Parts: sequence; C-alpha cells; structure tokens
Amino acid sequence: MAQSLAKEFTKGLWAEIPPFRLVLGLCPTLAVTKSVENGIGMGLATTFVLVFSNLLISMLRNVIPSKVRIACYIVIIATFVTIVDLLMQAFTYPLYLKLGIFIPLIVVNCILLGRAEAFASKNSPIFSLADGLGIGIGYTLALGCLGGLREILGSGTITVWGGTPIFHMGAGYHPFAFMVQAPGAFVALGLMLCMMNLIGKK
Amino acid sequence: MREMISMIVVLTVLTAVSGGLLAAVRSGTMSRIEGQIFTYQLAPAMNEIFTDVKNNPAKEKFSLKFNDTEFNFYPAKLGDGSKAVAFETHGSGFAGPVGLMVGINLDTDSIVGARVTTHSETPGLGARAKDDPTFVSQFSGMSLDKKFAIRGDGGDIDGMSGATFTSKGVCLAAKEAKTIYRKLKPEILKKIQ
Repeated sequence: MAQSLAKEFTKGLWAEIPPFRLVLGLCPTLAVTKSVENGIGMGLATTFVLVFSNLLISMLRNVIPSKVRIACYIVIIATFVTIVDLLMQAFTYPLYLKLGIFIPLIVVNCILLGRAEAFASKNSPIFSLADGLGIGIGYTLALGCLGGLREILGSGTITVWGGTPIFHMGAGYHPFAFMVQAPGAFVALGLMLCMMNLIGKK
Repeated sequence: MREMISMIVVLTVLTAVSGGLLAAVRSGTMSRIEGQIFTYQLAPAMNEIFTDVKNNPAKEKFSLKFNDTEFNFYPAKLGDGSKAVAFETHGSGFAGPVGLMVGINLDTDSIVGARVTTHSETPGLGARAKDDPTFVSQFSGMSLDKKFAIRGDGGDIDGMSGATFTSKGVCLAAKEAKTIYRKLKPEILKKIQ
C-alpha cells in the first residue's frame, strides 16, 4: 500500500526508476535515445500520459468493473496518448517528426499499464498522481542520461533544438558511430545499469 | 446479469467521453497544426520548386473550392517574368496518401516543379520520393499535355525501383493537380490580377 506522499514520488527517481529497476518501457528507451533532445522529449510526453492516466484510473477505480479493467485502462491511456500526439503536432512539430511512430507507441509502453494495474487501481488519486509524476520524471531523467551518453560517444557533441552544440568533445575525437545505432543502445543501457548497481551496492 | 450491464455501461460511457474529448482537442488544435505543416513541410517544398521568385507566395495565398474541397493556391512571380501558382494535391500511395506540392507556370501551362510533402511510405523505398529529388524532378518542365503515369501504365515517368505504389501515388497526385488546374485556371487568373 501507499506510504507517505514524498516516498511515493521519490521512489520513481531512483529505487523504482523505469528502464533500470522496473525494467519496463525498454523498447522506446532503446529507440529514441539517439540524442538528449529526443530522449527528454519522449520522457516528457510519457510523463504527461502517465500522470493523467494514473489520476483518472485512480479516480475511477471503484467504478471500473474488474473483468473489463484492462480494456478501460487502455481506452484511457490511448485517449491521453492521442491528446499528447495532437498537442505535439500543434506546438513542437520538429520533435513530433523526429519521434515519429514512437508517440502513438506510448500506448503499449509497459510502464503505463504496469503502474495502472499495480498502483493506480489500488490507491487514492493524490498518491497515484505522485507515483505517476515520480516515475515519469525518473523515466525522463533516465532517457536524458542514456541519450546524453549515446550522443556524446556516438557523435561527439550535444545539440539541443537544432542550435549550436552546447558540448563538444573536441576536434581530435573520432566518434563511435555504433553508439547511435541499435547495438549501441544495448551497450549503453548495460553500462548505465552496471553503474547504477555499483552506486547502489554500497 | 447486473455485472454484465455494469461492464457494458462503463465501457460505453468511457469510450463516448473519450471520443468527445478527442474530437474537441482535434478541432481546437486543427488550425495550429495546419500552420505547422505549412511551415515545416509545404514552405520548404515550395522554396525548392520556385528557386527564383520575386514575390512572397505564402503571403499572397488564396483559396478556391474544387468538388467541395478547399485548396490553397500560392501565386509566384518567377525570375523570367512569368506567373506561376503552387498548390498541394494528394495521391494514394503504398501506405496512405502522398502529398505533392506542384508548381505550374500559368503562361506556358507546364510544371515548374513538384516536391513530396507528407507521406507514410516505407523508409528506404517509397520514402525516397521525398528524400531523393531525382524521381520528382522528372516532372520539372513537363507540359500538362503529357500523361502523368509510370512507364508500366503507359506514361513517360520512370518509376522508382522497389517503390511502384509510391511512384503511382505521386503520379496520381500530379494528375489531380492537372485536373484541378485545368478546371480552375480562369478563376486562378482572376485572383492573381
């Protein structure tokens, strides 16, 4: 059951951070973290959906019959994903083009259904909101770090919003091109998991 | 029985509310999305078609109706003094409609150029229609009397290998542009004056 509000919020930032500890939402994690900008954009879109779907599912938890609960959760999650898709088309069109098909795929991101089933359906709205916010922000941080790692090693620079690079490895650096492709995603994920285990094991 | 009714009612109400909410968000964002599509898709395509233009086509845009659909026309004064107009049509491609921005010279009734705007075609195959201008540059300079079809359909356009449906889709969009232009040319000329 839920403990204090602060505990529910902060657990998403370290102890139960989605791609590394909960091991959920790996598919978009590997696919969109070619750059910091894409990773953070994806994380924020997912956080938006997670917060609202957790809130709504928690408010309706006594009304939704148990036998159709998965169908109801999916309808709610898909509605918010469509809303965020339309909002991104209207306000952040270049990011929408870069994330492409992964925005609609947020619907099948296991984090959303996982939190709905494991938490929001059993806890009050305010706790579900904290849970959604914490896990969503943790996810965004994880995607940002992973994106940063892959972008620095794979292209040697970090570029945000199409402007000039805010970080440069220097002219003599030969980038590991494979880091921004599929194999590099797995390698980077493994490296980060290793670092987290080392820090956590104290 | 009560359980069954409650399941049906809850799901029905939920989907109805969701549908209404989505319709509201869609109509609320529609004009902004059109503006974004113009800035990021149509305008770059138009700049590639009208490389030497003396006015600002985007500012002078006007719209006309063809078969109950509104089309936006962007008039241009080309460097050699002739008048042209650009507009977007769609043709059915492999995985959905392929948008094509077509620029037509009003004085010679020939195509100034054509560029793909939006599409859902396969990356590496059909998507080449947009990424690589070699295919669509076949339309540049073509008179409207020509048949806009790939060679397999009796026309003069070389299709892209491995992307037959996309090539046909682009040709369909060009054919529609021809039809619309022929029908609306008098009104277009009136609007430009």
